[in-house]
Amino acid sequence: MSAATTLLTCVAVPMVMPALIAALHRRPNAREAVSLLGSGCLFLMVFSLLDDVRQGSLPAIDLVSPVPGIKIGFAVEPLGLMFALLASFLWFVTTVYSIGYMRHHHEKRQTSFYCYFAIALGSVMGIAFAGNLFTLFIFYELLTLSTYPLVTHAGNTAARRAGRMYLGHLIGTSVILLLLALIWTWSLTGTLDFRAGGILEGTVTPGIASVLLVLFVFGIGKTAVMPFHLWLPAAMVAPTPVSALLHAVAVVKAGVFTLLKVSIYIFGIDFLGQIPATQWLMYVAAATIVLAALFALRQDNLKLRLAWSTISQLSYIVLCALMVSPLGIIGGSVHIVMHAFAKITLFFCAGAILVTTQKTRVSEMTGIGRRMPWTMAAFTIGALSMIGLPPAAGFISKWYMLLGAIEVSQWVAVIAISVSTLLNAAYFLPVVYIAFFHAPPDAPDRVDINEVKEAPMMILLALGITAVGTVALFFLSDLPMALASQLVGGSR
Amino acid sequence: MLTENLVALQVVVPLIFAPVCLLLGKSRHAWACALTVSWLALGIATLLVTRVATIGTQSYAIGAWAAPIGIEYRVDMAGALIIFIIAAIGAMVMSYARRSIEHEIAAENSGYFYACYLLCLTGLLGIAATGDAFNMFVFLEISSLSSYVLISLGTTRRALTAAFQYLVMGTIGATFILIGVGMLYMMTGTLNMMDLAQRLPGVDDTRTIRVAFAFVTIGVSIKLALFPLHLWLPNAYTFAPSVVSAFVAATATKVGIYVLLRFFFTVFGIHFSFVAMHVGEILMVLAVVAMLVASLVAIFQDNIKRMLAYSSVAQIGYMILGISLATSAGVTAGMIHLFNHALIKCALFLCMGNIFLRLGSVELHDLRGLAQQMPWTMAVFVIGGLSLIGVPLTSGFISKWYLVSAVLDAGLWPLAVLILLASLFALIYIGRVVEAAYFSKPDPTAKKVREAPASMLIPAWLLIGANLYIGVDASLLAGIARQGADILIGAGVP
Repeated sequence: MSAATTLLTCVAVPMVMPALIAALHRRPNAREAVSLLGSGCLFLMVFSLLDDVRQGSLPAIDLVSPVPGIKIGFAVEPLGLMFALLASFLWFVTTVYSIGYMRHHHEKRQTSFYCYFAIALGSVMGIAFAGNLFTLFIFYELLTLSTYPLVTHAGNTAARRAGRMYLGHLIGTSVILLLLALIWTWSLTGTLDFRAGGILEGTVTPGIASVLLVLFVFGIGKTAVMPFHLWLPAAMVAPTPVSALLHAVAVVKAGVFTLLKVSIYIFGIDFLGQIPATQWLMYVAAATIVLAALFALRQDNLKLRLAWSTISQLSYIVLCALMVSPLGIIGGSVHIVMHAFAKITLFFCAGAILVTTQKTRVSEMTGIGRRMPWTMAAFTIGALSMIGLPPAAGFISKWYMLLGAIEVSQWVAVIAISVSTLLNAAYFLPVVYIAFFHAPPDAPDRVDINEVKEAPMMILLALGITAVGTVALFFLSDLPMALASQLVGGSR
Repeated sequence: MLTENLVALQVVVPLIFAPVCLLLGKSRHAWACALTVSWLALGIATLLVTRVATIGTQSYAIGAWAAPIGIEYRVDMAGALIIFIIAAIGAMVMSYARRSIEHEIAAENSGYFYACYLLCLTGLLGIAATGDAFNMFVFLEISSLSSYVLISLGTTRRALTAAFQYLVMGTIGATFILIGVGMLYMMTGTLNMMDLAQRLPGVDDTRTIRVAFAFVTIGVSIKLALFPLHLWLPNAYTFAPSVVSAFVAATATKVGIYVLLRFFFTVFGIHFSFVAMHVGEILMVLAVVAMLVASLVAIFQDNIKRMLAYSSVAQIGYMILGISLATSAGVTAGMIHLFNHALIKCALFLCMGNIFLRLGSVELHDLRGLAQQMPWTMAVFVIGGLSLIGVPLTSGFISKWYLVSAVLDAGLWPLAVLILLASLFALIYIGRVVEAAYFSKPDPTAKKVREAPASMLIPAWLLIGANLYIGVDASLLAGIARQGADILIGAGVP
């Protein structure tokens, strides 16, 4: 199979899986086998593209052009490959987790859950491998639409309200701001291709480029930069696997991924430095980092705390995308991977606690480490990574981000990252502390307290993999680092 | 031989068969006759478009009387596009009609219905085919009068008042157009559009011509339901039989826009219309207000047919906005959206017909949980709705893309923001229906309904399929629309 065919298959496989899943509606085991098999195959196919990219060949394929001069096409480049590898691997793990979670939690309408999940992942593949900004936009919108039924999965009033919030923010920003930026860019430059060094330099004045940059940064609502961040906490009404994979990895990372692509391939890092708005947008990102961390501190609901933490962490990457420093770009790209592993572990743990004990609030989780030692050990690893302590993966990316910020003397960025590190510690460590070192609340049956009662096997397996991955990435950061360096090398 | 007469056949065939339908009366043959004629018209239209594309503008002298004396039929790329979409919608709607008409219209009236439908089709096709200003008025009246009858056949008595309201407004519009055309004849001594275009520049600095321009503009604006002259439209679309709503919504206002294009660009010329009379600025303001206000009003409608009707008023705003730019890109965008919106709205109204057939209502609260009982119908609604919002890979996105880039080319970026904002309102009103149908618990007392019959689903899905196809590859449509726009714009340059 040629690389271009593999590329198409990567996008197509998750898109056709729903047909199979729906057909196996009455046979849950076969249905889940399809999900597992599909996600596993997808990962292997994406992985097979790695060699091509490492050797510098970038397979590409164009399909049709809806509007003359604009194509729907796919191409592989280092950042996209990294994102696709990440998403497809974690999809497999999440599928394992979902099987445990959805069955144990007796969720309704599981078939439609797996269907939309597959479509969402297909959209993510489309985003990762989009050959131009237009294709990327199409799959960006498709991702929003396909995740809407997942957010409203519960079907109650709260879910419907959250669904409105979700669609309102994401479609609203993308249609009014991002689409405008897209069409504007197209009418100024006549192309929407991703080109090393950008397409805007030389065709627009820094003034118009400023307006465009503002439209892009806020228009890509999935980055959750304030003030367009409220959809993310709202989306937490979804089942935990959705929050874990989509709203900690796939959807939000699609946002920062798009922004990185725009800053590298549409503006070009050098041109970005000449735009007055860049500096101000960095301040917005820095403010988001600190403010979201402060909000996280106040949340008692564990999933909400994680959501606010995600908002804060996403803005790290936004900051990096705007920092005009190659080291920053490396740090930001690698952070996509590092944060993903840690955050998905944390969400898996939150879901494990929910299905085993029905608890959602941090204040109820005193002593839970004694009942669920494995789960909480994984949680601890995730928390360490979020803070950026070795030996967890978060340390690596934070190191490069700080180096990048210092390299270009962005002291506001340095301060924001440092302050938020402290805040991260302040909202994650207490959870770990009360889980392990506080006595559990009075239980009617004292004997029960120290008895280990862990989550179902499938759930433990999944969160074990991601926790081990979080540590492993600290020692084996070569692959993401190599891809990220190739990215910066290519654009220079 | 046959190919040279395509232009005339396009109009004459449905005209001849209208009385035949009447004779066939209430039997099912009337439907079969109307169906055959509709498909025949589509076949002729397809040949005609191909011919115009390969050979160029088609001119036909009725009765072999040459142009200045006789009536000339003249079909260029712009007209051919309109003829094609009307014929296509007609064929789809007639394929759909039988079950719906049996359900909604008394059997003894069905002969009248099919006869009026064919007359309406004749009128609409004639408008796009003719090259004569007075003849255009006649066809406009044929289509309007027959659509008053069609609307009055609705299931409730309110259809009568709706039809009457439309009749009063429509007649005022028609009278205005007639007065305008009369004044033009008085000043130039001709009714042929090409002749008018040649002779008008000599006399256009007179009050008579300016008044004629105003009469025609306002008269046509009533016909095409330009805000604030749209008040007849919501009732007419709401209370008409489902088939009629789908047909009229997809064609009548579109033809109105075509008439406007013809008068602005071909007859009066771009210079007179847009520079001397400043009609561009006026239309632009009205179009933007229509887009925003009608979309907002649509959000608050509980009857979904009425909601779609208001949405139509808003979408007409998009088309007029494109035209008001008076640039090649703008007119292209207007014509592309005209085509796409016909496909979208027809599919959505057909969807309402399916729901009405089974449920007997199109009120929002009766639709709760309907998606489980009528999944295929609601899927049409969702895709059509996404298209109305302008989601990528649907035809609505293509329209929006062309319109926004035309507006940006003209340097009017605040308008671009407003266009996109208005499309968000569409998200809200479509979202309400989707939420009710997919995410609300059905009323426990409500009766269980089945999915609509295949004869009604297939035409709707064909329209949706065309819509998605254009979303993926619009080069053919865009090429035709661009050619049409260039002819219109070029014709006006002195």
